[in-house]
Amino acid sequence: MKIVGAIIKPFKLEAVKDALMEIGVQGMTATEVTGLGRQKGNKETYRGAEYTTDFVPKVKIEVFVADNLVPQVIETIMRSAKTGTIGDGKIMVSDLNNVVRIRTGETGDGAI
Amino acid sequence: MGGYKRFGIMLCLGVGLFLGSLVGIPMAGAEDEVLKVDTGDTAWVLTSTALVLAMTMPGLALFYGGMVRRKNILGTIMQSIVVLCLVSLIWITVGYSLAFGPDQGGLIGSLDWIGLNGVGSAPHPTYGPTIPHQVFMLFQLMFAAITPALITGAVAERMKFSALLLFAGLWSLFIYVPVAHWVWGGGWLGQMGAIDFAGGAVVHITSGVSSLVCAIVIGKRTGWGADHMPPHNLPFTLLGTGLLWFGWFGFNAGSALGANGVAGTAFLATQAAAASGALVWMAVEWTHRGKPTVLGVASGVVAGLAAVTPASGYIGPFSAILIGAVAGLLCYYAVYWKGKMSYYDDSLDSVGIHGVSGVFGILATGLFASKAINAAGADGLFFGNAGELGVQAIMAGSITLFSVVGTWIILKLVDAVVGLRVSADDEQVGLDLSQHNEQAYSHD
Repeated sequence: MKIVGAIIKPFKLEAVKDALMEIGVQGMTATEVTGLGRQKGNKETYRGAEYTTDFVPKVKIEVFVADNLVPQVIETIMRSAKTGTIGDGKIMVSDLNNVVRIRTGETGDGAI
Repeated sequence: MGGYKRFGIMLCLGVGLFLGSLVGIPMAGAEDEVLKVDTGDTAWVLTSTALVLAMTMPGLALFYGGMVRRKNILGTIMQSIVVLCLVSLIWITVGYSLAFGPDQGGLIGSLDWIGLNGVGSAPHPTYGPTIPHQVFMLFQLMFAAITPALITGAVAERMKFSALLLFAGLWSLFIYVPVAHWVWGGGWLGQMGAIDFAGGAVVHITSGVSSLVCAIVIGKRTGWGADHMPPHNLPFTLLGTGLLWFGWFGFNAGSALGANGVAGTAFLATQAAAASGALVWMAVEWTHRGKPTVLGVASGVVAGLAAVTPASGYIGPFSAILIGAVAGLLCYYAVYWKGKMSYYDDSLDSVGIHGVSGVFGILATGLFASKAINAAGADGLFFGNAGELGVQAIMAGSITLFSVVGTWIILKLVDAVVGLRVSADDEQVGLDLSQHNEQAYSHD
């Protein structure tokens, strides 16, 4: 099992969610985050005082995925989150030792 | 305000406090008399003027600002406040003269009053004979200012700020000003006997149908129908609704141009229609969708208020309740239909609420107006005068046609000069940052 995490543009959340549901993903977690990357921050001006906010708003999603589905999930996120401009975000994959469904006590792939 | 002349007569007859025994001064004679300013009337109209100001800023600004996504709230508020400032100067310099100056063939006012030349502290015999002419001009200024601001709801979250400014200035001069003249400034519709007490046609039809043209010409927001675009702060919208409602007493009751019985009639009709509009919208939504929503009640309030506006000084409370109720029902279905059909993205429902209740209100005035309530008005169909409904229909139809064509031409012109829409990137970032370098909600 893997955790597939992705940091994406906030307005792409719905598209990514819909695309993942379509390939059979049944759940995910989404968090509002701010991030700093190659995308430049925004310039702001308040009564002449200029600020550059380096951190821009992003959404981070996390999906628990059975090993055999990982390539498909990655491909789906890439396709649905892509705008082609800098700041589209990143996908990261890491190992997941176990998953437990709290209500039933199921573990492993059956709990995903 | 349909026929200030008739109001003038009524005021002289009925409540001309200083004219006491001189009942029935004919208007022709009144022009030769020195009209006396009534302090009570003037105080009420000055107060009403400030109340109508509060409808635009912060009322409408917050009403709309709460409904957009949080990246666009400042841009949305900015549109209302700057349109208010821009139209104020247009009105003082040339707008008032063209709208209310001496009539030129029923179509437009003359330039005799340009720069408020001759518009001073003495009353004008037809525009509120007991208040300073300048106060009448100011009261009308607030109406001129809120009308283009209403249209910003149809183009929310995607119009370029420079384009909006240019559009609002041109629209104010070439759409609002002539229509105000036709109905209130001695123009052809007023001469025909069309009545619009406080702006159902002049404010709500013009802004509502122009909103439809704007929404179609500028196109849908990117992602409309696919992305979630929920209101980001409904308490702001409710605060705006409250300020609109509060200010509407100035809008309607102030249109009596005096602290008198007609003002009380209009005040009562305003409250009655707002209440029934809200409750009917709530009931319909509850039945149709399973839950009564807060935004639905707020929308019903505004639908009822807009619909009763043209009739408010001519009708009794039960006519007002009925008008508000029908407006709540009609506007609910208009907004629901828009969402279902997705033909155009009238983002904050300027068309579905102001356009629909504006047209309905003007026709309803032709049904429910009663001389028993206000002798200076007219009798509608339900009071034995079917012709009045026809005249009202001509007013609604002609103003709709004029606004649609005029708005389309202005939009094409503005598009050619500065471009109507922000770039796709700017739209994605939001108006607050892309147009104004600011954020409403900082992370720090």
